[in-house]
Amino acid sequence: MLYLDHASTSWPKPDCVHEAILRYLRDVGASPGRSAHRLSLEAERIRFDAREAVAELVGMKDPMRVVFTCNATTAINLVLRGLLTPGCHAITTGMEHNAVLRPLRTLEAKGIAVSIAGCRADGSMDAAAIEQHIRPETKLIVANHASNVCGTVLPVREIGELARRHGITFLVDAAQTVGAWPIDLHHDNIDLLAFTGHKALLGPTGTGGLAIDDDFAVTSLPALISGGTGSRSEEEIQPDMLPDKYEAGTPNIMGLAGLAASVRYLIEYGVDEIIEHERLLTRRLIDGLGDIAGVRVVGPGDAQRQTAVVSFTVDGLACSEIARALDENHEIMCRPGLHCAPRAHRTLGTYPDGTVRFAPGPFTQEEEIDLAIEAVSSIARRGIDG
Amino acid sequence: MAEFAVILVYTTTDAIFAERVLRRADLAAKLIPTPRHLGSDCGSAVRIPASESERCEELLRTAGVSLSRIVPLNT
Repeated sequence: MLYLDHASTSWPKPDCVHEAILRYLRDVGASPGRSAHRLSLEAERIRFDAREAVAELVGMKDPMRVVFTCNATTAINLVLRGLLTPGCHAITTGMEHNAVLRPLRTLEAKGIAVSIAGCRADGSMDAAAIEQHIRPETKLIVANHASNVCGTVLPVREIGELARRHGITFLVDAAQTVGAWPIDLHHDNIDLLAFTGHKALLGPTGTGGLAIDDDFAVTSLPALISGGTGSRSEEEIQPDMLPDKYEAGTPNIMGLAGLAASVRYLIEYGVDEIIEHERLLTRRLIDGLGDIAGVRVVGPGDAQRQTAVVSFTVDGLACSEIARALDENHEIMCRPGLHCAPRAHRTLGTYPDGTVRFAPGPFTQEEEIDLAIEAVSSIARRGIDG
Repeated sequence: MAEFAVILVYTTTDAIFAERVLRRADLAAKLIPTPRHLGSDCGSAVRIPASESERCEELLRTAGVSLSRIVPLNT
């Protein structure tokens, strides 16, 4: 069985993740922030472990500026719906996931203007492509760090520099990169970074959050969800201090226990080691798939410029059928279709048919990549179930 | 002089942050329910030896922990 769907959710997780979740369920169990007894405090310590680990990974000094949500989508919604008011203008890119585009389209109907900066046919772009859309009322630039369809990495540092120069807030959708690509909030000029726990961070689903740069004034960003935080209980107004402002309601501590363990694991294992290994796998996939007659690899085709996500099409065959045959006949799991990113597929010229996406992970072996290439080769030569 | 002092913070996360910073400096910090007469910002407060109040305050400010105030704990 070969799992090549890490861009959706990484699996398997390191053993320490299972153990941390089990330890929380078995030995702790309480909710954090609500009571001051030992188990409640231990739950808060677990949540703080996760905050500290994520802050360290993305180069932040202040763990209080890491706030947890249930996924990157919620963090993105928090920013877009909180920051953009009627009359504002926002700029995004032609490679976005629907996690960005759907909330923007919803806001567009409420009087917020949206511009989409075009990308090249391999998904890449220069910061200048964004600059030409800037207007006096532009309040936000939102861009993904890497495409979930084909791995193309966008020049976030340059885009961030541009945003700083024009006094515009910069939000990065880093769902595909935190844990799999170098990222440093400060050096990359990022104001707000939405991350997810269940992909390259190797944590459980239902975890994610927003990392907030020291210089970003949270007074300008209202909470998406209001409610109990365990602090300022005498007040009926949502507190303005971090992290409570954005963390109303009982959190997913079971998930955060796993996330704390997985991020600590990544820091100790070394993200650079993982990147190096995944580059090897990506290169092997690009070369191997590219050599098969009738197969077209979509995207940069360059392991230095993309994450470990390789999309392809096979002439004359539907991607959904290819994925079915890979699963049923070869026990290879991948994701076909539009990957919740129709705009990106339009940019890549693969809309509406989509692509087949192979996304290996840190524990995938080179021989497994060869098996996947051989399976696609067989399908391309003999047909779907040949 | 009181034996202990209490560091009052705004959130439980601040309390955990403070506990971590102080314990890393080998200080005997203990989390306790905030004495009701001292405040209601946060359900947890950090109890420290009163004699270490100044050192604790300096460590916490350097680490960037938001604290409300430090008060003697009179029992």
